[in-house]
Amino acid sequence: MSAEQQSIGPVPHRVEAPQGFLRRYLFSTDHKVIGIQYFFLALTAVTVGIVLSLLMRFHLAWPNVHLPFINGGLMRPEQYLALVTMHGTIMIFFVLTTAPQGGFGNYFLPIQIGAADMAFPRLNMLSFWLTFLAFVCMLTAFVVPGGAPISGWTAYPPLSALGEVTGPGEGMGQTMWIVSIGIFCLASLLGSINFITTTIDMRAPGMTLMRLPLTVWAWFVTAILSLLSFGVLLAAVVLLLLDRSAGTSFFLPAGLSVNGELQMRAGGWPLLWQHLFWFFGHPEVYIAILPGMGVASHVLSNFSRKPIFGYRAMAVSLCAIGFLGFLVWGHHMFVSGMNPYSGLAFSVLTLSIAVPSAVKTFNWLGTIWGGKLQFETPMLFAIGFVSFFVTGGLSGIFLAQPALDTVLHATYYVVAHFHLVMGVAAIFGIFAATYYWFPKMFGRRMSEPLGKLHFWLTFAGAYCIFMPMHFIGAAGAVRRYADDTGASYLTAFQPVHLFMTIAALVTGAAQLIFFYNFFRSLKNGARADANPWRATTLEWTTASPPPLDNFGGIFPSVYRGPYEYSVPGAAEDFIPQNLSPEQSMQGNEGARSGR
Amino acid sequence: MAASAVKEPIGISGAGRGGNGRGSFGGDGRGGGSSARSVPPQRTYVTGMGVALGGILMFFMALVSALVVRKGAPSGGWQALGTAHLPWRILTLDTLILLASSATLARAHNRFRAHDDEAFSHWWGVTAILGVFFLGGQLLAWRELAAAGMYLATNPSSSFFYVLTAAHGLHLLGGIVGLLAVAFYKTRRLSRGTAISVASLYWHFMDGIWLCLFLVLLAGNR
Ligand code: HEM
Ligand SMILES: [Cu+2]
Repeated sequence: MSAEQQSIGPVPHRVEAPQGFLRRYLFSTDHKVIGIQYFFLALTAVTVGIVLSLLMRFHLAWPNVHLPFINGGLMRPEQYLALVTMHGTIMIFFVLTTAPQGGFGNYFLPIQIGAADMAFPRLNMLSFWLTFLAFVCMLTAFVVPGGAPISGWTAYPPLSALGEVTGPGEGMGQTMWIVSIGIFCLASLLGSINFITTTIDMRAPGMTLMRLPLTVWAWFVTAILSLLSFGVLLAAVVLLLLDRSAGTSFFLPAGLSVNGELQMRAGGWPLLWQHLFWFFGHPEVYIAILPGMGVASHVLSNFSRKPIFGYRAMAVSLCAIGFLGFLVWGHHMFVSGMNPYSGLAFSVLTLSIAVPSAVKTFNWLGTIWGGKLQFETPMLFAIGFVSFFVTGGLSGIFLAQPALDTVLHATYYVVAHFHLVMGVAAIFGIFAATYYWFPKMFGRRMSEPLGKLHFWLTFAGAYCIFMPMHFIGAAGAVRRYADDTGASYLTAFQPVHLFMTIAALVTGAAQLIFFYNFFRSLKNGARADANPWRATTLEWTTASPPPLDNFGGIFPSVYRGPYEYSVPGAAEDFIPQNLSPEQSMQGNEGARSGR
Repeated sequence: MAASAVKEPIGISGAGRGGNGRGSFGGDGRGGGSSARSVPPQRTYVTGMGVALGGILMFFMALVSALVVRKGAPSGGWQALGTAHLPWRILTLDTLILLASSATLARAHNRFRAHDDEAFSHWWGVTAILGVFFLGGQLLAWRELAAAGMYLATNPSSSFFYVLTAAHGLHLLGGIVGLLAVAFYKTRRLSRGTAISVASLYWHFMDGIWLCLFLVLLAGNR
């Protein structure tokens, strides 16, 4: 079949990149350039997000210390809330949704399935520029009159739906937030169309579903989640915007009085927003983590020199997690006065996600068990991913009991849960991917010693920041309070806050090592060959960095599964996917020259 | 032995040309130069539209379930527009217009397949005109509702009425633009047959969405 296609198709030849800086680097339709654009967008966003979080931690530890760059020196509670809101929003949307999927997914999904580009390259470019526009809109919220919004990344009404009466930042700032999220929804929807279509229709001959690298499975399932959830968030923010600007009352109850002002609204229901938001919000947390799971599987297998343990179970559990993720949104609303029987149903469904999650965890352990482990930096971060996913996931099981959640809801316990399981785990997935694919993307290698130093500082630091939050949360420390020195039972936690703040400052500083390593290696890193990790998947069968059409005029065919490491009888301890059975007995040279 | 822990995708004996991924690229004999590298097979456009409709469906499902949930919300206060206010005559007529447009579109598609270009253009054009009539009808419905003192912010049910019809109307407007684009604008990447299939898929789908919205609006405002 492929032979036929090749003979009637154009003669394969190397394709020249478009000339000129604008079309080549800025408005490129090449999925690799777009992937790198997404990556740098996320890198910018994460820098902003970290600075905001350090400001919060500083304020929590030293609430009375004057800061020179704040008007009047002391942070007001509403300024603290603006930090909370913008930190959460930027991290969740512009880092955890953008880097793993838009960044690495864009760059590597087409290459790993043997395609020359995404199905719709111009749509792909549009997705990126919309995401960029959304980010700019989000940042302008800082500078509009009233400043950034204060309603948190979940933007619950009535606070978010009434405008300035509910606080500074709830005027223009909240509007910018809503517009930005709306644009982001559009961008993600367009992106997901591309990912799904590409995976369905653009696979190379021989690349069956059961031969897809688990990274591709993860990006594919993530794209399906994006497709089905961002439309819902889009609908929700449209209604919210109307409530704010057109006087409707989808989410505003009748007879509401704010600051002594009666709001003349026809009568809506605030919990309607929570339903819509969390119907999106829970799948969204999986959108953030699934690509990390894919990367962890990929890297653990590579650096254990062993096939992934239970490939089929890994693929099926990804799908199961994605599916169940749509049925559990109510666990964020246990204390909203919901019917206890609904609470029970949501609780049982939530706990059932623990089953596929455990399948994944044990398969990761099974993969490294007995392997020839190589502790390179990507491997360390992949192991770190598993560690944080387990630690953070365990607290979820407690939160999923309505009776316990009644106490724990809106405390630091929840903050600990989601930072470990989503925040840190997903970031470790991103780091694993960065260290792993850097040689492929830029043709140079990052420094291993600096990478390891970065890993250990970040690993220990993240645990020091977030573990203590479980204890103060269980003891009653409420999340989103600007100042814990007001009530005596809260004052008791002050030493813990101090400890966490110091840990955060150290961990934040450790990220400078990463930035240094990254940018220095871009220019001065040692040259990387095509396959530095001796890996099996298609991206390693082409040059580093890959040519414009990914395989330099060659149309790869796939003969085997993605994780054939240490196969008995083979000439080397890994067999690339494009090696035919005869070639695999003779060594891997054939694959490198593209047969 | 490590490798024996897993059987599925590994092992030299089991590997062969085996199943096929569906995909390939560049192989349909079109183009050359820089476009050769990424001219995708025509079916990707159909797949892409199918996927996009999944996202659009979720958007409308969100709005509709919001209406249903709001109507049954414990806070009460849902005031149905009732037959007195709901412009159901116009809406019924509009529904018939849209159904007719799906029929004319199917006819056009059929004529295209029969290589009868003239008849194709005729029915394709009729479809677009019916689409414009539909939108005109929706505007009339809005005016009737406004004349009865029911505006966007008057009460929850009027709000939902305007939002649902506007959301659908915008999507249909996009469909009309699509029909015109297919009629007047040619690209190298997209064959005419594919463009017609993709546009038809979208149009019939919007027709179906409207039927559902119509029923929801009727049921929600009784
Ligand atoms: C066994 C697995 C898990 C269970 C049982 C679980 C359960 C829960 C529950 C019940 C809550 C609500 C707590 C409250 O607000 O009172 C919650 C919050 C949260 N979970 Fe999980 N979770 C699990 C895994 C995950 C994963 C894998 C992620 C992300 C990758 C995640 C991200 C979050 C986030 C972001 C929140 C807080 C949202 C907010 O209020 O701002 N969870 N989880
Ligand atoms: Cu959740």
